[in-house]
Amino acid sequence: MIPNSFEYSAPASLSEALGLIAAGGKPLGGGMSLIPMMKLRLAAPEHLVDIGRLTELSYIRESAEGIHIGAGCTHFAVESSALLMGKCPLIAETANYIGDIQVRNMGTIGGSVAHADPAADYPAALQALEATIVLKSAKKERKVSAAKFFIDTFTTALKEDEIVSEIIVPLEAGLTGTSYQKFLQPASGFAIVGVAARARREGGKISLIRVGVTGLSGNSFRATKVEAALLGSAGTDAEVTAAAAHATDGADASSDLHASAEYRAHLARIYTARAISAALSRTA
Amino acid sequence: MATTTTPTTTKTEKYVGQRLRRREDPRFITGTATYVEDIKLPGAYYAGMVRSPHGAAKIRSIDVSKALARPGVIAVYTGQDTKNVGGVICGADLPGLRKPHHYILAVDRVYFPGHPVAVVVATDKYIAADAADDIEVDYEVTQAVTHPEKALAPGAPAVHPEWPDNTAFVFHQVGGDPDKAFAEAEVIVKQRITSQRLVANPMETRGVVADWRAADRTLHIHTSTQIPHLARTLLSIMLGLEENRVHLVAPMVGGGFGCKLNVYAEEAIVAFVSMKLNKPVKWIETRRENFMTTIQGRGHVDYYELAAKKDGTVTGIKLKLIQDLGAYHQLLTPAIPTLSVLMMPGLYNVRNIKAEVVGVFTNCVPTDAYRGAGRPEATHGIERMMDILAAELKMDPAELRRKNFVGKDQFPFATATGLNYDSGDYAATLDKAMQISDYAGLRKQQVEARKQGRLMGIGLSTYGEICAMGPSPATPAGGWESATVRIEPSGKVTVLTGISPHGQGEETTFAQIAADELGVHVDDITVIHGDTAIVQYGIGTFGSRGTAVGGTAVYIALQDLKDKITRWGAMFLNSEDVHFAGGVVTDNKTGQTVALGTIAAAAYRAMKLPPGMDPGLMATKFFEPSNFTYPFGAHIVVSEIDPATGQIEIRRYVAVDDIGNILNPLIVDGQLHGGVAQGLGQALWENAVYDDNGQLITGEFMDYAMPKASTMPWIESAHTCTPSPVNPLGVKGVGEAGTIGSTPAMVNSVVDALSHLGVRHIDMPLTPEKIWKLVSTHAGSQAA
Repeated sequence: MIPNSFEYSAPASLSEALGLIAAGGKPLGGGMSLIPMMKLRLAAPEHLVDIGRLTELSYIRESAEGIHIGAGCTHFAVESSALLMGKCPLIAETANYIGDIQVRNMGTIGGSVAHADPAADYPAALQALEATIVLKSAKKERKVSAAKFFIDTFTTALKEDEIVSEIIVPLEAGLTGTSYQKFLQPASGFAIVGVAARARREGGKISLIRVGVTGLSGNSFRATKVEAALLGSAGTDAEVTAAAAHATDGADASSDLHASAEYRAHLARIYTARAISAALSRTA
Repeated sequence: MATTTTPTTTKTEKYVGQRLRRREDPRFITGTATYVEDIKLPGAYYAGMVRSPHGAAKIRSIDVSKALARPGVIAVYTGQDTKNVGGVICGADLPGLRKPHHYILAVDRVYFPGHPVAVVVATDKYIAADAADDIEVDYEVTQAVTHPEKALAPGAPAVHPEWPDNTAFVFHQVGGDPDKAFAEAEVIVKQRITSQRLVANPMETRGVVADWRAADRTLHIHTSTQIPHLARTLLSIMLGLEENRVHLVAPMVGGGFGCKLNVYAEEAIVAFVSMKLNKPVKWIETRRENFMTTIQGRGHVDYYELAAKKDGTVTGIKLKLIQDLGAYHQLLTPAIPTLSVLMMPGLYNVRNIKAEVVGVFTNCVPTDAYRGAGRPEATHGIERMMDILAAELKMDPAELRRKNFVGKDQFPFATATGLNYDSGDYAATLDKAMQISDYAGLRKQQVEARKQGRLMGIGLSTYGEICAMGPSPATPAGGWESATVRIEPSGKVTVLTGISPHGQGEETTFAQIAADELGVHVDDITVIHGDTAIVQYGIGTFGSRGTAVGGTAVYIALQDLKDKITRWGAMFLNSEDVHFAGGVVTDNKTGQTVALGTIAAAAYRAMKLPPGMDPGLMATKFFEPSNFTYPFGAHIVVSEIDPATGQIEIRRYVAVDDIGNILNPLIVDGQLHGGVAQGLGQALWENAVYDDNGQLITGEFMDYAMPKASTMPWIESAHTCTPSPVNPLGVKGVGEAGTIGSTPAMVNSVVDALSHLGVRHIDMPLTPEKIWKLVSTHAGSQAA
């Protein structure tokens, strides 16, 4: 529980931070994952660049494109943002499920997204929201969709010199209902499975349905087969349950001490149905 | 010599029984308490342990050269350097017990993951940690065995090569005529019941600061322990140092739960290093080390059989108890399962018992006392068996229990296991718990719930326990306790207790006792503990003994002191007809009084002494209890299971506990709540899991699930009160009650929720996956 020695920088500006990162520094957000890994000596970065304190990365603001969440926003900032609760409640609700209050006070959305833990909560919501991840290096800025950003376990589209600088989530239309449903791993508080659903019903038919799944396998994903099964349906309980059976299609369910692959897959189907039902109940 | 006609203080308010806030808490809440980590000695070095990554291996060689070359590294010692230091001491003994020599650093083999093989000393803890990684140990890995039943199987790897059957001892106990009881039984129920290994997880890990002062030939140790005096004695033996040259302090201790009722290799290692280097040396255990190398609790595989009549009368209990000892005996390791045997009959009048305990070596960290120590396992066993019998006989589990209770007119009650229950009214706690929970109404709700396809469970445990440890003949190291009460010249009062509170709140409760007895303000009392240079020898805090034994020592010292004060007062008042109350001695005839403060000043000034009296005003007493105490209670858990996921929701938790007289209800609430949390932890979440290669795979909080505030139910707590006749305070002890009562109540509730599907038993922890699988496989097999 004592890390290897390392250098620590707390740059005053984002540009300075990106310069240090370009020179090989490892970005540090809230430290909720990286620091424990360092203390267990599973990670030994030589130089930490603390971007968690940069006010430049700490904002939540609205534009025509959507709501921009600075990477430095803590989970608490996300869960308690009136703007998000009003116009993109799914991300706020998801943040509320993360860890415990201490973790939510320290951890940042950028750090969590960049870390890409396969059992993290945000990826489910970001997949369902078709969110955009803004990546920034000293040289340039680029935007990647959530679907393309999360590549595999702890593996993302980030290049060595890039950080996650911003998450852009959509402004939900008033008719959209959303929900995040999570089955907790009792020790860590991570998701054994977590399912985020967005739905819209027009004229009694589901006109939009997006389902993001985390925890089930090595990577978060959009359950497109579930979506396809439900689009255009009335969204009855039977239809939702039948569609949710596809939540595990093509997924290689993980197995560990806390849940076998069989149980995890079962939970994914149950929680998919629950998330969709809850989202539908919240449609206007 | 002055006398006064008006009392200077009158104190009629009683503190005992009040919900006084703990005087300990401000220092904890404000972060100003002094733990071992806060002991900063000038020039101190830091020790880091090099530990085995393997469960079992031979050590071929150890290369320390790279570590020694690292700047800031002072020294490295291996088992070759420390092999003449005395081994870790086991205080328990049983006939034929095999005791492996427990070197403080492994010499040629490692026996469990985390086994220390070398110690690195450096100028700071970071260098020590880096240098520990520098040390290259060449291991020849051998096959480990981590499950006690696998260790007993023919051909299993031998943990200690000299004992290929891995059996440390076999212990038998028989009471009555169990063979006859089983031969004549109308019903016999059998069940294998496990009680998994648990990690105690105190908030403060272990830690040691050792300071050898060569010029004085004295060793000063700060260590996080529940037993400072015993630790001093045992460390002096291990180190070969005269005991009166060892000064040991237990500073503030951030929880123990039994895991600090021990003396560990690391305490001797750090002392050894300090003596070698003539420098203070500090070692603070990391959380990862704590998981791997501090004793764990439980670790049972139990085979139970109950013999009964068709009317539900239990006539006999058989138990084969397989205890996972781990690789070594720590202080009390082999004794813990024998406590389970004593507690086998629970609260029930069962005259015939037969127990066989097999102590098994495994390549795991040793097991030892963990909150409840042997009694939770036994209580879980008998309380599960009572439910299994009730299901077999189609009787209500509450009725079955009531039928078998020891009656309230049967005390003192000699059990078939050789105990002598002091007092009790078991039906009263059950009645109260049933009344608070509306048990009859709950059963009706359950019928309705089942009609709707819902899984609702009602679980009972009527538990008993052995507390106030204990009479000296029944304990390995003396079961008495000591106290000194000293009135200072200013009239203020100092209490020195031989126990070592580490969260139990006796600085407050003992002040309450002393304030009432002396008739002074509670703030005029200071309670001191844990420092062997200040406090007379004592035994320590464990086994729910702090108040029942240690508090009684304070109480009887106060009686002695009150007698002295009265004699001083008589001299002042020039009267033999006096009494001491409310902080003053009063002449019964004239009403003249003299205050305690006046007496105290005169006792130290000593111008004139009462006949036969020494100067000063203090009393020291050692209390030897005549018996254990036997608290009891009834816990009821109402649960509901999500059939789709197996997730358990606790809907209600009702706890009725009889712990005898209650000195501070606020502290008692805290003890019960914490105990219930720990007991639910075992029932639902906690599990120290070793794989077959000897790796602890739940070795951090990411994988070892603890109860959390957010996962705790509201506890509806109530009491009945049957004072203990064993001590003048009438107290029984409450430190372990919640832990013992809660686990079986929770498990019984969940089994009850599934009982109509034919489920009779589930081993802990009750993970949702286990429950879901049971629901899936039993669905549609609804029992009649």
